[in-house]
Amino acid sequence: MRPRAGLGARLSAVVLALVSVAALAAPPALAAQPQASQTQIEAEVMCPVCGTLLQLAESPQAQREKAFVRRLIREGRTEQQIKDVLVAEYGEAVLALPKGKGFNLSAYLVPAIAFAIALVALGFGVARWRRAGDHRDDGDSQPPSQGPSPEDSERLDADLARYDL
Amino acid sequence: MARGCRGRLGSNLQRPVSFRSAIAVLAVLAVVGLLTFGLLSKGSSGVALGEVAPDGPLPQLEGGGSGSLADYRGRWVLVNFWASWCVPCRQEAPELEEFQRQHGGPRFTVLGIDSRDLTDDGRKFVRDYGLSYPQLRDGNGDTAHAFGTTGVPENFLIGPDGKVRLLLRGPVDAEYLERYVAPQLPGGRS
Repeated sequence: MRPRAGLGARLSAVVLALVSVAALAAPPALAAQPQASQTQIEAEVMCPVCGTLLQLAESPQAQREKAFVRRLIREGRTEQQIKDVLVAEYGEAVLALPKGKGFNLSAYLVPAIAFAIALVALGFGVARWRRAGDHRDDGDSQPPSQGPSPEDSERLDADLARYDL
Repeated sequence: MARGCRGRLGSNLQRPVSFRSAIAVLAVLAVVGLLTFGLLSKGSSGVALGEVAPDGPLPQLEGGGSGSLADYRGRWVLVNFWASWCVPCRQEAPELEEFQRQHGGPRFTVLGIDSRDLTDDGRKFVRDYGLSYPQLRDGNGDTAHAFGTTGVPENFLIGPDGKVRLLLRGPVDAEYLERYVAPQLPGGRS
């Protein structure tokens, strides 16, 4: 009897250990999915009626939209899933940051292209400035003038004296 | 020699300047073009009395499928833009339902368009007020924009030819419906 009870206890301990390991392994798996945040989502979607970010809106429509987002978070939806549902309800305009398709692509391309052009222009400007600096250095390679020699000074004084009234 | 030298000097001096100017002009034109396209793509909106009302397809609020104002061509239609979160819409809904019960039929119907609203909220609204007239859903508000609405509720009476005969930018009540809408309908005392 006693050995059998001991075996049962050992089996129970093994099962308990396995369950504990499984329970410990579960949180990282859940953590792999990004947890949706009400504040984050409200900062990234619009109130379609107000035309402002949802986090800044207090209209009745915004209140309903916020409650809807809260409900979806409680249901365990991810941030992307919630945004997809909002787009299905209100259209693409509900997204504060437009998707990179069609004309909306220009919202991302234009600043990038403008930045690239500015960089190139800056590069040309710096290169030109350095070239100009080199030319100036070439000119500076001759010793700087020390002013007129004593002979020249005497001659100049004599010439000026002739015109003295 | 001198001419060739002058020509080379001229091209060296002029080319970079004109190239840079061209780039600058192109950049300015591109920005202006983008802004113009952005503004034009929003499009002008709004309908006036006597104009043909927009009749693009919209999903049905209840059940699947789509519908459109064009489906009612040949009938008088009172298009009512509403939303479940709109307080005046709650006040006018029973009045519209009553008007539909009195005048609805093969020659006239109220057509509700739930605009910028959550589907479930809109369906609950229809159930709560027992609305029997057809309902379409305008989630992104494009149709409301095409009608030139500035909010909800707004009402447009559309004739059998699809043209706007009456519009009210605000809620309707029984008095308004009987005084202005009923006389326009077939058999009405206009």
